[in-house]
Amino acid sequence: MTEAKPIEGTAASGGPTKRSARSVFAGLEIDGRLIGMIAALIILWVLFNVLSNGLFLSPRNLWNLSVQSAAIAIMTCGMVLIIVSRNIDLSIGSILVFVALVMGLLQTEWLPNVVGLGLNHPATWVIVVIIGIALGALIGGVHGVLIAYIGIPSFIVTLGGLLIWRGAAFVLARGRTISPLDTTFQLLGGGPRGSLGDVLSWLVAGLGIMAIAYGIVASRRRRQRYGFPLRAVWADVTLGAIGTLVVAGAVWVANSYPWPPALAAAYAAEHGIPVPSGGLLIPTGIAIPVLLAIAIAVFMTFLAGRRRFGRYVYSIGGNPEAAELAGINTRLTIMKTFVAMGILAAIAAAVTSARLNAATNGLGSGVELQVIAAAVIGGTSFAGGIGTIAGGVLGAVIMQSLQSGMVLIGVDTALQDIVVGVVLVSAVGIDTILRRRATRG
Amino acid sequence: MAVSTTGATPNAAPPPRVPLVELRHMRVSFGGVHAVDDVSVDLYPGEVVGLVGGNGAGKSTLIRTLSGAHPANEGEIYIDGQKASISNPRDAKNYAIETIYQTLALADNVDAAANLFLGREITTRVGSLDDAAMESATRKVMGRLNPKFRNFKVPVSSLSGGQRQSVAIARAVHFNARILIMDEPTAALGPAETAQVRELVAQLKAEGIGIFLISHDIHDVFDLADRISVMLQGKLVGTVDKTKVTKDEVLAMIIIGKLPEEVSAKEMAELIS
Repeated sequence: MTEAKPIEGTAASGGPTKRSARSVFAGLEIDGRLIGMIAALIILWVLFNVLSNGLFLSPRNLWNLSVQSAAIAIMTCGMVLIIVSRNIDLSIGSILVFVALVMGLLQTEWLPNVVGLGLNHPATWVIVVIIGIALGALIGGVHGVLIAYIGIPSFIVTLGGLLIWRGAAFVLARGRTISPLDTTFQLLGGGPRGSLGDVLSWLVAGLGIMAIAYGIVASRRRRQRYGFPLRAVWADVTLGAIGTLVVAGAVWVANSYPWPPALAAAYAAEHGIPVPSGGLLIPTGIAIPVLLAIAIAVFMTFLAGRRRFGRYVYSIGGNPEAAELAGINTRLTIMKTFVAMGILAAIAAAVTSARLNAATNGLGSGVELQVIAAAVIGGTSFAGGIGTIAGGVLGAVIMQSLQSGMVLIGVDTALQDIVVGVVLVSAVGIDTILRRRATRG
Repeated sequence: MAVSTTGATPNAAPPPRVPLVELRHMRVSFGGVHAVDDVSVDLYPGEVVGLVGGNGAGKSTLIRTLSGAHPANEGEIYIDGQKASISNPRDAKNYAIETIYQTLALADNVDAAANLFLGREITTRVGSLDDAAMESATRKVMGRLNPKFRNFKVPVSSLSGGQRQSVAIARAVHFNARILIMDEPTAALGPAETAQVRELVAQLKAEGIGIFLISHDIHDVFDLADRISVMLQGKLVGTVDKTKVTKDEVLAMIIIGKLPEEVSAKEMAELIS
C-alpha cells in the first residue's frame, strides 16, 4: 500500500513546495475514507444550497439539521461497535419508544402519584433520565446475554426485541400519547430554550479548541518519548488549524441563528426586557442535544480507540476465533456492546420525546434502519472489524442532510426514499470496490 | 516411557526429573468420534518434542487441550508435577503456555502491536491503552525476530505470510513462555524464514523452554526435536528418541502405526519402495 511508504520519499521527488494531494493526506495521517465522506457531504450541501436558492446553508437550516441529526448520531455511535463486532441491532427504535413512554409516564403519572413529585419539580427530570438510562441498559443487557451467552443470532434476538418492545410500549401506555412533559426535561430536546446561547457556546468552542491542541501536543510528546518518527510540524499545525476553524465556524453559525421573533417576544415579556424596534435578537447557540451527541461521540471514540473494550470489539470483528484464543472474554465484550447500545437508545429516547414534548407510540419507528444506514454510509463494514465512530456520525449527518435537503427543495416522500436507498447502496458499492482495489494493489 | 538423554541437554539434572508438562490419558470426542483416544505425552524443560502424524491423526486436537482452545473430555494435565486445570486460553496463559497456531490466530484488522498484546494490553495509570509503550515493545521484540520488519502502523492483513508468522511468534515468546506449542510453524514460510524459525527454536530450547512442535514435515521434526511422538487415528503409536530411530522407522510409525521393533522387514521394504 502506498500509505505505508515513508513520506520523505514522495516529498523529495515532488519537492517540498509541491506536494501531491496524496502525500498531503498521508502526511496528515487522516483516513482517506473520512476525507471522501467529508468531500461528499460538502458537495451535497453545496448542491442543496444551489437548488434551494441559498436556503440550505442558512444558519436556521443548519441549526435545525444539527438538532435533527443528534438522536440518530447518538445511536449510530453504538451501532458502529455492534456492526464492527459482526452483530446487528434491529431493536433500537422499539427500545426508544418503550423507554420514552416509561419516562413519559414516570414524570406525568408515576412520580406525581406514587412519590408525590409533581411535574416540573427540579428533581423530576434527573430521576426520569437515570431510570430511563438504567432501563435501556437492562434491555440491552438482556439482548446481550441471549446473543453472547446463549448463542442466539443477534439478528433474531433484536428482531424479536423490535416486536416485543414496541408492543410492550403500546400495552404500557394503552395507546395514549403522554404529553406535556416536564419543562426541564424538554430542554434535552433542543429548541431555542434548550440551547446554550452565544456566551456558553463560545465557551464550549474554546474548550473544544483547547482539547484539540492538547490532543495534538500530547500525542507528539508520547511519540517523542519513545523516539518514534513524528508527524511533520506542518501537518500538526494544519490539523490544529482545521480543527479550530471547524469548531469556531460551527459555533459562529449556531450563534447566527436568532430565536424566532414570537418566542423572543414571549421571553422578553417573561423577563421584562424591552423589545427594540427591530425585534429582540437572541443568539440561539448550540442546542443541548447536539452538545450531548458531540460529547457522546467523543466519549465513544475514546472507548473504541483508547480502552481495552474497544480494542477487543475490533479484534473480535477482525477474527473472532483469534480473539477467543488470545484469552479475551469475547462473550462479555459482545454483551457490553449491547448494553451500550441500550443506553444510547435510552438517551435518544429522552432527546426525541423531549423535542416533541410528547411520548407517543410512533416514536422511533424505522429509526433502526436510519441508524444502520448511517453507520454503513460512514464506512462501517458488515464483514466486521472496520468502522469508526467519527465516520458513523458523519454518516448520520449525511443521511439527515439528504432528507432535510430534499424536503427543502420539495421532493416528494416516495422519491426521497428512492434517493436515500440509491445513495446507501452506491456508497457501500463504491467503498467495496475501492477496498478491493486497495487490497489487490 | 524412557526419559530421553540427548545432546541438547548436556547438564542433565539427576533423575528423577519432573516433566514440565504431562498429558495423561487425554480423550477428546466429537460426537461419537474419538479425535484423541487415551493419549499420554510429556515434555521436559529445554526439550523439543515433535508431534507427527498424518492429516486427522489428532495432533492439533491433542495440543488444543493444552492451549485451552478445546478442553478434553477426559484426561489430566500435570505441570511441574502439579495437576493443572485448563479450560480456556486464559488458563493456559496463566501457566505460561503459549501457542503459535497454524492459522496464526491474528486479528487481521489491527496492527502488529495490537496483535502482540491482544488480551494483555499495556495500560496507563488510568487504564487507557498505552499504544506508544506497546509499539515500543513490539519494535524491540520484532527487531530481534525479524530485523527487516518495518510495518508497525498497518493492519496485519496487509503483511506478507512471513511477516505475519513473525508477529505470531513474537506474541508467543514475548510473555516469557515456559511451554511453547508450535503448530506447523514453517508451513507458510520460505526457506530463509524457515531457517530463522529453526534458529529461534534452538535459542528458546537453550533458554530452557519446553516446546511441542507439530508438523507433518518429518525432516523438520528430525532436525529440531529431541523426542518424537507419533499419532495415528487419534491414538498414540509411541514416543521415540530421535537418536535411536531412522526417518524410515518414524515413517513406518506414521503410516502403518507400528513401532520400529514391530515392523517386519517385508513391511519396511514395501514402505520404502
